[in-house]
This record gives sequence, structure tokens and C-alpha cells, in this order.
Amino acid sequence: MSFEMFLFYAFAFLAVFSAVAMIGFVRHIVAAAMSLVVTMVSLAGIYVLMHAELIAAIQILVYAGAIVVLFLFVIMLLDLRDGGLGPAARGQNLVKAVGVGGTVTIGTLVVASVSGVFSVNPLVESLPEGFGEHRALGIALFTDYALAVELVGLVLLASIVGAVILAKRKID
Amino acid sequence: MILVVAKTLFILIVVTLLFAPLITWVERKQSAIMQDRIGANRADLAGMTFLGLLHPAADVIKLLSKEDLVPAGANRFLHALAPILSAVPALIAFAVIPYGATYRFGDTTFTLVAADIDWGVLYLLVIGSLATYGSVLAGWASRSNWSMLGAIRATAQMISYEVTMGLSIVGIFMVFGSLKLTDMAVAQDTTFRVFGFLDLFASLPAGAGWLNAIRLPNWGIFLQPLAFLLFLTCIMAENKRPPFDLPEADSELVAGYFTEYSGMRFGLFYMAEFIEVVVIAGAVAALFLGGWAVPYLSQETITAGVASLFGEGFANLVCMLIHVGCFFSKVVFLVWLQMLIRWSFPRFRYDQLMDLCWKVILPLSLLNIFLTAAGMLLAQQIAPGAAAS
Repeated sequence: MSFEMFLFYAFAFLAVFSAVAMIGFVRHIVAAAMSLVVTMVSLAGIYVLMHAELIAAIQILVYAGAIVVLFLFVIMLLDLRDGGLGPAARGQNLVKAVGVGGTVTIGTLVVASVSGVFSVNPLVESLPEGFGEHRALGIALFTDYALAVELVGLVLLASIVGAVILAKRKID
Repeated sequence: MILVVAKTLFILIVVTLLFAPLITWVERKQSAIMQDRIGANRADLAGMTFLGLLHPAADVIKLLSKEDLVPAGANRFLHALAPILSAVPALIAFAVIPYGATYRFGDTTFTLVAADIDWGVLYLLVIGSLATYGSVLAGWASRSNWSMLGAIRATAQMISYEVTMGLSIVGIFMVFGSLKLTDMAVAQDTTFRVFGFLDLFASLPAGAGWLNAIRLPNWGIFLQPLAFLLFLTCIMAENKRPPFDLPEADSELVAGYFTEYSGMRFGLFYMAEFIEVVVIAGAVAALFLGGWAVPYLSQETITAGVASLFGEGFANLVCMLIHVGCFFSKVVFLVWLQMLIRWSFPRFRYDQLMDLCWKVILPLSLLNIFLTAAGMLLAQQIAPGAAAS
């Protein structure tokens, strides 16, 4: 097993383990959010192994660096100090986590073995020139997918306006 | 492999063991000078105080020998994790900042940067965004109201300023056409014509040809002066030092998010803050002050000049030493500037802090992107690469 494959499986294990930990067996809600961060960072590691470095950077910057921090901010504002996840809920959550995780895993395995994904090495070596670099991605986004980018921008603008209106109504 | 380890160790040792302790001394001395006090001069070895230079050593001894307290009811694991999460981003941020150019000695070619990655600037932003966790977890895990308030303030402040920090340097990416810090430094090792934009209107009248001789270094600060001010403000706010120190506001929150820390765990927060001062200086120098570039003396000029007298290998060595010296003198200057700002301005009010971010810096950085784009279009009209914004 090459070093890259070893890293791939290490990150994959970390991602899955901390995802299960988040919904399953972590006592505090803040610790759950931190397990989510571990999942995000491991996913970023997998992206780097797949030569999608820009996606990896954005993954950490946006998900680990901003969105989960916002989760923590809300948790602290609501002052959910004593967990909010009681011992009873914990057990139930573990059952749910194992159930959902198991179903998804088995489903993925079935689909993957039928479609023959297993014979493909996840860490491809032959890649087009500039694959995963910001330059290639930027050019693709602003030429081939310009309309989609503009539409996403419009949707984001609408949601910002909506958020401001909702927040303002409360203040008024 | 050995080269990579050597380069990494060099920058780590310079930043953490040389700069960080010295900065604690500079901070004390500069505040003393600015407030007309004599300042740190009590620690002595056999009566010799060495201008207070022994104080950093005294600090370390004191921090190491203090009792390590964990408040009752604190989450022990997260309480221990928070100082580490605070210090690690500060320690690894310098990896992408080049402190020298690419040099060739015989068959080996090397660039003086620990990790020369394509998305160097993004890496800095990523590290900045992860640094938030240290203060957030410290505040939450301590189970103290002061810490909690500090953590809430820190979260809101750092998230807000991350957004504007990223936006404020988009102009720099556009001008240099790269996210790679080594490419940016090479691009800044030239000069540009200050009055190059006049070509757009008419050819110069006779006798005004001397205008073409006025050149400035191709540095970020001259090409993007607005971006420089905005970026410096944002990155200093990210470091949470005065005048942006609301998360630890001593007069309101005792010490904010790290109130409940003592001994070396407190020391890690303290160290992270001072290392970040060096990282900020390094990042601003690399992006806006030409990195290792010596103004008006490009790498070729230096090597060619020295090589004609003493041979090529020696010329490369001299050039490397000059560049490294130049980079660190810029870092020292920027550290001094940050100290000057830190001891000159009183703390913001919280609403002022948020207003500054969302109502001043955000629109100005968007405006800067717009103006840069317009300027670059115009510059392309004159001649490719004649002058930028």
C-alpha cells in the first residue's frame, strides 16, 4: 500500500468515525460540533490527495472555518452548557447513527460493487493539465458555467435580503 | 528532503525563538518610551539588567513554575485542547511566506520558503479561519462568564473580519495574477512607471520625457494602497490585540476567553498572540512590501554586479543574504508599526468594531476590486503590462 493510499484510508476512517461520533456518542453539543470539524478537515485531506487542492482550501475555509464556527456561536448564545443531549438521548442517537450509517454504507457498497467503482483507484494519476488548480477552475466557472454562477449569485443575494428582513422584523 | 527540513526549522526557530521573545521585550520597552516611563528593567543577573532583555526569560520561568489550574466544572479535554488550537495555526502560518528568492548553487536550486504551494494566500486565510477555534473553545470550556462573553465576542469579531480580510486582497490577486506568494514576490522585484497612465491620453509633450524616468517599485502597497490599509486593519483585528482587543478587554472581562488559564497554558495563548504579530508582519511584507525584494535592485542586478567581481556562486550567496536581511528588516519595521498602533489607539466600542467591518471595510474592498478591474482593463488598452491601476 502506498503512502497516499494509507493517508486516504486514514482520512476516510477519521471522517466516518467523527461523523458517527457527532450524532452518536459525544456527550456535549460543543464536542459534537468539534467532531464535525474533524470530519470537514479529513474530507479536505481526501480532496488534497485527489489533487483538488482549491476545493480542499475552500472546504476548510468555508465549512470548518466559518459555518461550524457559526454553529458554535449560536450554541454559546443559546447557552446550551449542560449538553442539551441527555444520557437517554445519547443512547437513542447511537442507535439512530448506527442504523442510518449502516444503511447508507450497505447501500453504497451494493451500488459500488454493481457499478464497478471498486476497480477504480480513487487516487488517479493521469489528470488533465491544471486539474484542480484555481486558474482552470476559475476559467471554467466564468466561461462554461457563467450562467450557473450568476444564478447562484442571485439566489444568495435573495437569501441575504431575506435574512436582513427577518432579522429586522424582530428588532422593530 | 534535508533542505525542506532545514528551511522549515530555520523559519520556525527565527519566528518562535528569536522574534516572539524579543517582541515581548519590544512591547514593554516601546510602551515605556511612548508613556515616558523607564520600563522593564527589574530582572537582573548579578545586578546587570541588559536593558530589560532578561524579562522574556523571567516570563518563561514564571509561567513554567506556576500552578496549572483547571476550574471546577470545566470540560477538561476541551480546556486542554484550546491553547493548542490557538498556538498551532500561529506556528504553521509562516510555512508559505517566502523569505528569499530562488537561488542556484551548482546543481541545486532552492527557494527560500518552507512550502511553496499554488494557493499560498488561501492557505493564510484558511489558517486564519481555523485560529478562531482556540478562543471559542477556551471560552466555552472554562465554564466562566467572563470567558464565555469573551468567546462570543471573539467569534463574532473573527468571523466578520475574515470575510473582509479575504475580500480586501482580491485586488492583489488580480494585479499579480497569482495566488502563489513566491510568484508575487518575484513580480514585486521590478519597477513600474508612475506616469505610465498618461500614455492613455496623448503622447508626452517634448521636454516631459523625464516623467517616464520616475519609477516606483512594483510593490503591492503602491499598486493597491487602499487594499494595504484595509488588509492591515483586518488582519490586526484577527489577532485581537488593541485597539481590537474586545474579546479580552481587561477592563471589562478580566482577560476574556483565557481568564481561567494559568501557567504554561496561558503562556501558549500569550505566545500565539506574539507569534501572530510576526506572521502578520511577514504576510503584509510578502503581499504589499515586496517580500525579499530590494527596491530598485532586482535579483539579476545584484547577482550580475557581484558576479562580475567575485564569481557566480559567491554572488548568489551575497544575494541570498541581502534578500533574507531585506525581508526581515521589513518584518521588523511592520512589527514596530503594529506596536505603534497598539499603544496609540484606545479600544473600539463593540458597535464601532462591527460598523467598521461591515459598513466601511466591506464596501471599500468591493470598491477596490471594481477599481482594480477597471484600471487593469485600461492598462491593457495602453500596452500589455505597462502599468497597473
